[in-house]
Amino acid sequence: METLLNIVIYLPLVGIPLIILSKNETTQKWIALLVTTITFVASLPLMFGFDVANSGTAQFVTEGGRLIENLDIKYLVGLDGLSLLLFMLTTFMGPLVILSSWNSVTKHLTGYWSMLLLLQTASLGVFSSLDLMVFYVFFELSLIPMYFLIGIWGGAGRIQATIKFFIYTLVGSLIMLVGLIYLGYDAGAAMGAGTSFTTDWRFLSSDVYTIGLVEQTYLFLAFALAFCIKVPLFPFHTWLPYAHTEAPTAGSVVLAAIMLKMGTYGLIRVCLPIFPNAFMEFAPWMAALAVIGIIYGALVAMVQKDVKKLVAYSSVSHLGFVVLGIFALNTVAVQGAIIQMINHGLSTGALFLIVGMIYDRRHTRMIKDFGGIAKQIPVFTVMFMIATFASIGLPGLNGFVGEFLILNGSFFSELYNNKIFAILAASGVILAAVYMLWMFQRVMFGPLTNEENKKLVDLNGREIGLLIPLVVFMFWIGIRPVDFTKYSEVQVTELIEASEEKSMAVLEQARNEDLPNWTTKLYDVDESESQLASTK
Amino acid sequence: MDYLGDIQAFLPGVITAVAGLVVIVIESLKKESPLNFYVTIVSLAAALIVSVYSLGGELETAFSGMLVHGGPVAFGNMVILAGALFCVFISEDYLKGIGHYYGEIYALLLFATSGMLALAGSNNLITLFVGLETMSICLYVMAGLIKDEKAGAESALKYFLLGAFSTGFLLYGMALIYGATGTTSIPEIGAAASTGLLFLAGAALLMVGFLFKVSAVPFHMWTPDVYQGTPTSLTAYMATASKAGTFVAFILVLSRALPVMEGLNWQLVLSVIAVLTMVFGNIIALVQDNVKRMLAYSSVAHAGYALVGLSTGTFEGYNAVLYYLFAYTIMNIGAFGVIAYYERNKGLDFNQVQNLAGLGFKEPLMGVSLSVFLFSLAGIPPLVGFVGKYYVFAAAINAELVWLAVVGVLASAASVYYYLRVMVYLYFREEHQPITLFSPTLMYKGTIVVLALLTLYYGIEPVLPSTGLMEILSGFGGYDAAASLAP
Repeated sequence: METLLNIVIYLPLVGIPLIILSKNETTQKWIALLVTTITFVASLPLMFGFDVANSGTAQFVTEGGRLIENLDIKYLVGLDGLSLLLFMLTTFMGPLVILSSWNSVTKHLTGYWSMLLLLQTASLGVFSSLDLMVFYVFFELSLIPMYFLIGIWGGAGRIQATIKFFIYTLVGSLIMLVGLIYLGYDAGAAMGAGTSFTTDWRFLSSDVYTIGLVEQTYLFLAFALAFCIKVPLFPFHTWLPYAHTEAPTAGSVVLAAIMLKMGTYGLIRVCLPIFPNAFMEFAPWMAALAVIGIIYGALVAMVQKDVKKLVAYSSVSHLGFVVLGIFALNTVAVQGAIIQMINHGLSTGALFLIVGMIYDRRHTRMIKDFGGIAKQIPVFTVMFMIATFASIGLPGLNGFVGEFLILNGSFFSELYNNKIFAILAASGVILAAVYMLWMFQRVMFGPLTNEENKKLVDLNGREIGLLIPLVVFMFWIGIRPVDFTKYSEVQVTELIEASEEKSMAVLEQARNEDLPNWTTKLYDVDESESQLASTK
Repeated sequence: MDYLGDIQAFLPGVITAVAGLVVIVIESLKKESPLNFYVTIVSLAAALIVSVYSLGGELETAFSGMLVHGGPVAFGNMVILAGALFCVFISEDYLKGIGHYYGEIYALLLFATSGMLALAGSNNLITLFVGLETMSICLYVMAGLIKDEKAGAESALKYFLLGAFSTGFLLYGMALIYGATGTTSIPEIGAAASTGLLFLAGAALLMVGFLFKVSAVPFHMWTPDVYQGTPTSLTAYMATASKAGTFVAFILVLSRALPVMEGLNWQLVLSVIAVLTMVFGNIIALVQDNVKRMLAYSSVAHAGYALVGLSTGTFEGYNAVLYYLFAYTIMNIGAFGVIAYYERNKGLDFNQVQNLAGLGFKEPLMGVSLSVFLFSLAGIPPLVGFVGKYYVFAAAINAELVWLAVVGVLASAASVYYYLRVMVYLYFREEHQPITLFSPTLMYKGTIVVLALLTLYYGIEPVLPSTGLMEILSGFGGYDAAASLAP
């Protein structure tokens, strides 16, 4: 199984030389499809063989040798409850993404398929690496194919969009790199035994290793900045609408379904267990940004004239929910956040695919160019409707499950200690219904005025075939969410408990130290002392 | 005296110097004989193999303490020789292509290389000066190779005048240090170091000389013009091998002749210069339309990253600089190599970034390789440039210079823009007029591909050939500034 995990991660890379060697364009397509399909099929045993009761422990672990004796950087991959679902989502989206660009991309095909496959490996690497240095390398590697995907195969404003995307996210991750190096030396010193540097997540997240409050604050901010840019959390979201609008359909789908999740995944994977005090202290602030993002994203989405841009802003809003759930820090909300990451991947991925399909036919995405096309293309209408309902969280579909858990969890969150966050966020659900349904109505219903739209043809077999799996999962998660939430449940519970214990330990330590004034104020060190005294 | 042992200690330098003489003799018998190329290749490869075999040894003296070999010097030699070798592979085609192929080039290149090896292995200020001048004079000639064009003449004259000026500083510094300590031997200077005005002034002038040669701000003014006017394949040689030699000598002087002590805190001075160099180099590179000038400013910025490693004053930092030189040499020669290829095509001035529009797809191997080199220069993993930057910034953070690392990463984030810009033209924009690129020779293609593969390989497997990174400096025998600062 360990070997299988590695095979799944690197199989897409194997496809690249094959594609370069075959000159025939049809063969190239099939190679890309075949490789991603095999990757998906090969990843299924990982899901079935996953030990749900022990999801807190990394499974299928491959551990390479250390880079240098006292420098504990090593190749370390494995799956646990946090990563399994996202890993599976990535392999699942692979063939769909290839199919979605079957006929719509016409130039420089060798490069196109190669970049999609490289992106696949990079994303799988991000979700499976357990050494933060390896995580960082994959995290950055994923930028390169996306840069080219938007830049070469994107729309008219692609160059500005792709440069903004690249540099914006890079600035964040470079700051994270400084934090990571500092963290590595600190942890290496704590590990002892001749180690001077370590980025092994298993050690960093364990209760053996604690970080002082001052360092925790800086490190948390450095890491959170990188992840918040990637998410993107308001006010770091400005690159997203451009990148999404200009990207080709496949690029938008991967960006929305997978790459944005790297940010939220990083918040749970890195920020929570390693910097628990800072995580909890900043939780209300992050929640505030998340809520602003939810409402702001929804309001901006409402006034968009371009369907794709509307979906892009809806991403800002939806990912606000995920961040809200993560920082609520109770099992319900974090579980909701994890399942919502998957939901957003499925429903927004589907929406981008659908927008891409209509764009292929009409070469426009403007709402005003459509209207009354529902009768013309009934199958399309059904698919679009399901994806829309999934996106706005209609009960029975996947979106409802995630949003309900998140709102429920944040309502009772002790960290927020304020119901206003959940209440305001709930208004985002209503706004989502407003902008999505209004858009749907303007595009699909009403009188058919535009002559061009009368020539529209309905979805073909390939397009239906690639939407059906997404729809199946939308219903499946909506009706039996436990089939999916079970994978992370044990780990999330353990993680939250462990983080709370760790934060108490750090605070207890902090009482005996001479800390700068702002730290004692920020973390209520003295108050926690009195709390401790009262409990004793 | 053990002549044989001495010669063996300086074998790479001896091989290249003798080969240089051989090339001159061949050239005088038959003009532009193809033999020159083979003699150069074989001698450089032989010298490279010798230096690779002596990796990981201790630092030892030779020639009655005038030279040192082994340890970091062996590593520096390897970088210099690898750089020279790759540049020769590129130059053969390129110089013939632009119609400036002269047999003497190889003699100059071999003598310059031998000077660099002496510079990198100097244990005495006299050898240091001789090595530096041997290198510089050959480079002055190379800079003026395209003598029938204004840029070439400007390049050579500027380089020569400013170079002579900086040599003056260096020499004056040496004289003052000799006056203060009564010796020119580097370790003896370290032992006799004081904070007297004479010694401090000497140390400062010595540093100015070095900073000029590595083109650190504010001593970088010559770089863009010289790099632009020099034939591109030789620019690659100047930008990599000569910097490697100078940096190794700089490290040896800093670590062995200038202990950090009360009143002589060069760490702070160097970190300030590192910041200036990184920031100015990157910012000015942002607005360059000429790719060669852009790469010149980028090489200024890269000197800044290396200075970050130097300013830590720790073994870890020096180690990081050595690795950085290795990384920088591979990727920069590659980048210049591809630029040199585009430049030779007819029709437009392909040094202008706008004229590269749409060329990436025409000769895919070249386009992809250039992208690899540029991403590596920008410091994106998993490429060797990232590993180099990582080591440098890690050393700075470990030496409690976190602010310096933060400035460094922000500067390198800004640098990404101008590297990406080249790729924007290569891939994202349509060509202005139909252009057909000529197909490069197998040797040229092979060299570029090997460099690209090395860039990738050492990014994934970031340990140096035949030695662990940390082992290079085991035989350093110098001051660890951080340790000597400790009470």
